[in-house]
Amino acid sequence: MLTPATIVIAILLLTAAAYRIGVRRSLSVAGGAQAIRVLHSRPPYYGVLTALWCALPALLVLALWQALAGGVITHLVKADLPPEMRALSPAQFSLVINDIKNIINGDVPPDRVSPAIQTAAEHYRRLQQISHLAAAAVVLSLAILGLALVRGRIHTGLRARNHVEQLVRWLLAACSTVAIFTTIGIVLSVLYEALRFFKAVPVLDFLFGLEWSPQMAIRADQVGSSGAFGAVPVLAGTVLISAIAMAVAVPIGLMAAIYMSEYAGKKFRAVAKPLMEILAGIPTVVYGFFAALVVAPFIRGIGQALGLDVSSESALAAGLVMGIMIIPFVSSLSDDMINAVPQSLRDGALGLGATRSETIKQVVLPAALPGIVGGVLLAVSRAIGETMIVVMAAGLTANMTLNPFKAVTTVTVQIVTLLVGDQEFDSPKTLAAFALGLLLFAITLGLNIIALKVVRKYKEQYE
Amino acid sequence: MKMAFQQELWQPKELDVATDQLTRTEEKKELRIPAERAQSVGQTVGKPFVDNPRMICREVNVYYGDKHAIRQVSLDIARHEVIAMIGPSGCGKSTFIRCLNRMNDTIDGCRVTGQILLDGQNIYDRQVDVVPLRAQVGMVFQKPNPFPKSIYDNVAYGPKIHGLARNRSELDQIVEISLRKAGLWEEVKDRLSQSGTSLSGGQQQRLCIARTIAVGPEVILMDEPCSALDPIATGKIEELIDELRQQYSIAIVTHSMQQAARVSQRTAYFHLGDLIEVGQTDQLFTMPRHKLTQDYITGRFG
Repeated sequence: MLTPATIVIAILLLTAAAYRIGVRRSLSVAGGAQAIRVLHSRPPYYGVLTALWCALPALLVLALWQALAGGVITHLVKADLPPEMRALSPAQFSLVINDIKNIINGDVPPDRVSPAIQTAAEHYRRLQQISHLAAAAVVLSLAILGLALVRGRIHTGLRARNHVEQLVRWLLAACSTVAIFTTIGIVLSVLYEALRFFKAVPVLDFLFGLEWSPQMAIRADQVGSSGAFGAVPVLAGTVLISAIAMAVAVPIGLMAAIYMSEYAGKKFRAVAKPLMEILAGIPTVVYGFFAALVVAPFIRGIGQALGLDVSSESALAAGLVMGIMIIPFVSSLSDDMINAVPQSLRDGALGLGATRSETIKQVVLPAALPGIVGGVLLAVSRAIGETMIVVMAAGLTANMTLNPFKAVTTVTVQIVTLLVGDQEFDSPKTLAAFALGLLLFAITLGLNIIALKVVRKYKEQYE
Repeated sequence: MKMAFQQELWQPKELDVATDQLTRTEEKKELRIPAERAQSVGQTVGKPFVDNPRMICREVNVYYGDKHAIRQVSLDIARHEVIAMIGPSGCGKSTFIRCLNRMNDTIDGCRVTGQILLDGQNIYDRQVDVVPLRAQVGMVFQKPNPFPKSIYDNVAYGPKIHGLARNRSELDQIVEISLRKAGLWEEVKDRLSQSGTSLSGGQQQRLCIARTIAVGPEVILMDEPCSALDPIATGKIEELIDELRQQYSIAIVTHSMQQAARVSQRTAYFHLGDLIEVGQTDQLFTMPRHKLTQDYITGRFG
């Protein structure tokens, strides 16, 4: 059976052969292994060049073929279907195609569907086979062509190494763009769904609305049928919890970093630093139930003892635990930044008779400050995007409050609750999740850009 | 350099043995002198002591962990003089001047024994606080290291932490006087709020000198202050050092023998942790008494 997988294997075998052929050919044009000095590059480069020209165009064409063939075949099959089927709406037509594919894959016995579809399936199968054959023929001949072309061009003056390096450079560039294209893809998909949401709910209502209750009526006479999609209370919850988290993480993390880099002995540092970084390795789910089962009841107990009204799911509990989670972020980034301050600056201050703490406060920290700020901003965007802890410990009610003892909800929690379970993907209720996602993405992206700029500016200062 | 090396060298009899041994050690390229010989080279040739000194160092030893970096160094630093410390790399000259304001305290595993007196007070005494000491014995480093603050704040930093100015106008005055003494005032008076790091290398080093002067030291230590500078900036710093001598005692470490000859009145030659010879600069460069000093200044090694 000639499938794409077998074609790929064939290409790989050819590539291996191409490498050998390239090496052999280069040796023979040089006139034997003793005379390889006359070659511009060492023989393996000729092998790699031949192999690359054999494999890369063939694999590219195969990938393109695979991407396009399905559409072409479907189109051809559709053209041969009875007219009443061709008149179906796109959604129903895709069901027909689904049936055809199921028959081909053997998931559905052929006698369960109508004869028209059976013929179509037969047609589809035939076309697919033709496509595979054609692909194999085209791709393999392309591979052989590439091999032969390069082999024919091998002579002592061929700059094989330079060509290979050029090709490798393009390969590396292609890999580095994968991340960029993925980001763009994610943004576009979220943006697309969010735009659908904004057709139902005006952008301004979403951004500045003060009420969040994402309920859409299924029937018009339903109680509580009017949904409200104001993002402000949800955002306020995110800001409140992040603020609590930063209030915990920044002082503790920064002071830990100062101790580690300026005061701690080598031995203590060697033990304490990895231990502290373990905090970053604890799964957030674990933090989540630590917050929900230990910290939240503890805070409620203290609150009751003091006569305060503390709900069992409080912003404070979630924020505290999140802060602890973020400590290693702040401390290890600040530690790096403090260590990057040249020793000569410390010497300068100490040489003037500054005490150690004066040196740290007035010279080292100001010098490291931009870097520390950058690190803190990165930590903030981490806090804003954090989900598990708040899902488990912060609650679901969208309270507009700055009271840390109340339950609040965050953007991430709302996205999770909106998308968990069976959902219709054309209801504003579900689409609201994408709008929130877009909002979150915009905020963290903004913070990251600022953070990177600040860090870069800082680095320039000492280069 | 105008030096006459052909002159007959006077060498004290008792030193001949030690010199011979040292020369052989040098030939074998050994970096350390075995302990039993150390005692014999512990004797410094020349005139390490002066009348009415500012600082007195007696039998100073410095250890970095197990490494014996400075051996039995005794030396006086006079008032209103520039004393140059010369010697090959790793000879301990930087280590020695860093003892003079206890900058070695910041290095882990560094231990200092012996006595170092500033105006009669042992600076390694338990009761002595390094903070006022370092205000009295200021230091200028190899690489210009202005703080990433404004030019004004760089100079004002020391007076601020020591509370030397009662109000803003006094502080302004200290900054101006210090910058004037460092010969930088005319160049920066219109841009005192600019960052100190925006200055050129030579200006930065003069800023560091101004910063040191601003706390009113008695002694200024300079650890190769011109090694990162071009000849013109170096010339300005050297002129400055000569002017500063009127008010301060200056100890300068340098790799350039021309510089030592130009700026200093006395020169001390260090070799592998020993203070080999101390003398008037012109005498030391023209009539070195010790074989090692002669080898060094004639460029046989170093």
